[in-house]
Amino acid sequence: MKILVTIKRVSDPEAKLKIRPDGTGIQTEGVKFVVNPFDEIAVEEALRIKEKHTGEVVVVSIGDKVVTEQIRAALAMGVDRGIFVNYTGSYDSYDVAGILAKVVEQEQPDIIILGKQAVDDDMGQAGFMLAEMLGYPQAAFASKVEISDDKKTAKVTREIDGGLETKEVGLPCIITADLRLNTPRYASLPNIMKAKQKPVKEVTVDALGAVVKPHVTIKKLTEPPKRKGGVKVESVQDLVGKLKNEAKVL
Amino acid sequence: MDERITQDARHFIDSVSRFVKDECMPVEDSIEETGRLPEALVRTMRDMGLFGLRIPSEYGGAGMNLLDYCYVLKELSKSHDAIRAIMSVNNGIGSMAIVNEGTEEQKRHYLPLLASGEYIASFALTEPGAGSDASALTTMAERTEKGWVLNGMKHFITNAPIADIFTVIALTDKEKRAKGGISAFLVDKGSRGLRIGNVHSTMGGKGWLQAEVIFEDCLVPDAGLLGMPGSGFRIAMKTLNEGRLSAAASAIGIGERLLSMGVEYAKLRKQFGKPIAEFEAIQWMLADSATELYAADRMLADTASRFDHGEDIRTHSSMTKLFATEAAFRVADRVLQLHGGMGFMKETKIERLFRDIRAYRIFEGTSEIQRFMIARELLKD
Ligand SMILES: Cc1cc2nc3c(=O)[nH]c(=O)nc-3n(C[C@H](O)[C@H](O)[C@H](O)COP(=O)(O)OP(=O)(O)OC[C@H]3O[C@@H](n4cnc5c(N)ncnc54)[C@H](O)[C@@H]3O)c2cc1C
Ligand SMILES: Cc1cc2nc3c(=O)[nH]c(=O)nc-3n(C[C@H](O)[C@H](O)[C@H](O)COP(=O)(O)OP(=O)(O)OC[C@H]3O[C@@H](n4cnc5c(N)ncnc54)[C@H](O)[C@@H]3O)c2cc1C
Repeated sequence: MKILVTIKRVSDPEAKLKIRPDGTGIQTEGVKFVVNPFDEIAVEEALRIKEKHTGEVVVVSIGDKVVTEQIRAALAMGVDRGIFVNYTGSYDSYDVAGILAKVVEQEQPDIIILGKQAVDDDMGQAGFMLAEMLGYPQAAFASKVEISDDKKTAKVTREIDGGLETKEVGLPCIITADLRLNTPRYASLPNIMKAKQKPVKEVTVDALGAVVKPHVTIKKLTEPPKRKGGVKVESVQDLVGKLKNEAKVL
Repeated sequence: MDERITQDARHFIDSVSRFVKDECMPVEDSIEETGRLPEALVRTMRDMGLFGLRIPSEYGGAGMNLLDYCYVLKELSKSHDAIRAIMSVNNGIGSMAIVNEGTEEQKRHYLPLLASGEYIASFALTEPGAGSDASALTTMAERTEKGWVLNGMKHFITNAPIADIFTVIALTDKEKRAKGGISAFLVDKGSRGLRIGNVHSTMGGKGWLQAEVIFEDCLVPDAGLLGMPGSGFRIAMKTLNEGRLSAAASAIGIGERLLSMGVEYAKLRKQFGKPIAEFEAIQWMLADSATELYAADRMLADTASRFDHGEDIRTHSSMTKLFATEAAFRVADRVLQLHGGMGFMKETKIERLFRDIRAYRIFEGTSEIQRFMIARELLKD
């Protein structure tokens, strides 16, 4: 079976980010970039499915040349090949879903796994939009994935507000990976070395036939307001009083 | 990071760094308590290829150069010292003699097993009567019709209780000694006449063991001779040249971890109404530590890279080992000091790192012996 996984290059979630003085973005100098952690979980899940059911794992990433670093990182985990969609302009979740839909049309994978959201802008929309565009069944926020022996359906356990929900979806389908789905493996040195020989195909948005027309544009980024210093309360009564009268949460 | 470190190695160092933070640090207290490495942790290390980094790729390793390897080791040393110890002997003193001097048959047999971590290696040179002066060793290997018969005793031998294969340095000619009378042998675990004696109880280094290794008419077949008869002392010294750099790399890794703990604590801890980081006395401790670690790091990169370019690094590796291990010890002492009473308490882990780093000034040649060798080179005609 063929599994397509999407990966996004994001700033290291542990990096201390600073906004550029003109508010158009973050300062990238000296910031480390990594594979979006949820996408890494998606890659791991795809590799596990492949190890159990055989097949091929392909990753796709959109952006400028530097995203090939993240594609290589996925190849070093054991992914078979990469697709690099060279696009340097601005785009929103809808555009991403549109580009991915074209890649899916070309690749015809049995399963498409995305991270449930990217940790940089936390939009969390691409998976849903992609499913809608393709008319595929979807199972978002997966914490467990089982593929049937006949490879026709996937049983997916999802994390929902009230607990867990298990649903069965026919293939091809869209799955988005949640935090507890698995723990991604560490890239081994032999695999890092092998990754260099693996193919990465470069395509452009035009060649794919996708149209990028952002509906959402970022006007300005600002720091969250500085938190005012807290106060120490003397007693429980004091605390309850403040919660009632000042915070108005009780 | 040093620009000479390859892209692959950088990528791998990232992977190792995440492994250290996510998998090693959470279990380091339990390693210290139980003296054991969790099996799952060792399995992950094997999957990552950590046991065969320096072993050539045609024998199942990754064939890393010394510079790249040293920086992987530096990263891996930032957790518990036992984690570094279990893999570094396989990559270094436990396999290098086979890589450099082994017959094709010896390489084919042992190296893949060492590279995968299925086999654990040990290197047995030191004896009760022969420490710094290794040439004074008395373990005898006598040639007989059936092969070589070994008699004698080694001590302080790392990994001995868990090792599958020992590189043993023994005397084959009492007259010639270091001048052609010492040879190297490969001795398998379970060989008749090979016995592990007392396991030493040590100041630090919990979870990696030193023990006595005793040979009582231990028969080693001809195929177990490593290199030419009489070349054992040269083999041992060459092995240690590289080993010294890995000791330096680990010491710098531990030192860097300590320094970051020190910086963090100094900013957090308040006395006399302000963070102790605002006192000049504390600032100087941190500044000196950072400066010394930077110098040690540059010596390491330079020496390892010289080695990779085929230079003789005898003196440089002595200087690097000497400076890096002494510097890391000073860093440990300062960071412990700036933690005040907390530094003495087990919960901050600093007292453990302080005990662990202490050994680095002794093994792979004491600081005095490094100075002795540096001076000998300077003063020779
Ligand atoms: C944790 C640990 C792990 C070890 N692992 C191994 C191992 O795997 N395999 C192995 O073979 N060995 C191993 N050793 C042994 C180690 O290599 C020796 O301890 C070391 O070489 C010093 O020898 P020694 O202990 O006999 O000290 P000695 O040689 O007795 O030295 C005692 C003191 O005298 C000083 N001294 C000696 N000669 C001179 C001189 N000429 N000039 C000035 N000062 C001098 C020394 O510097 C030292 O301060 C290990 C040791 C330790 C602590
Ligand atoms: C084994 C042991 C036994 C002890 N027994 C007792 C006991 O029986 N009773 C008791 O009351 N206490 C006891 N203590 C506590 C001990 O007295 C304190 O640990 C010590 O006074 C240091 O205080 P601190 O640990 O809070 O370190 P801190 O005061 O937080 O000091 C941290 C670091 O900052 C430095 N520093 C602080 N202020 C300055 C400054 N102005 N300028 C420059 N540097 C500064 C310190 O020198 C130190 O390096 C004991 C401690 C230990 C380790």
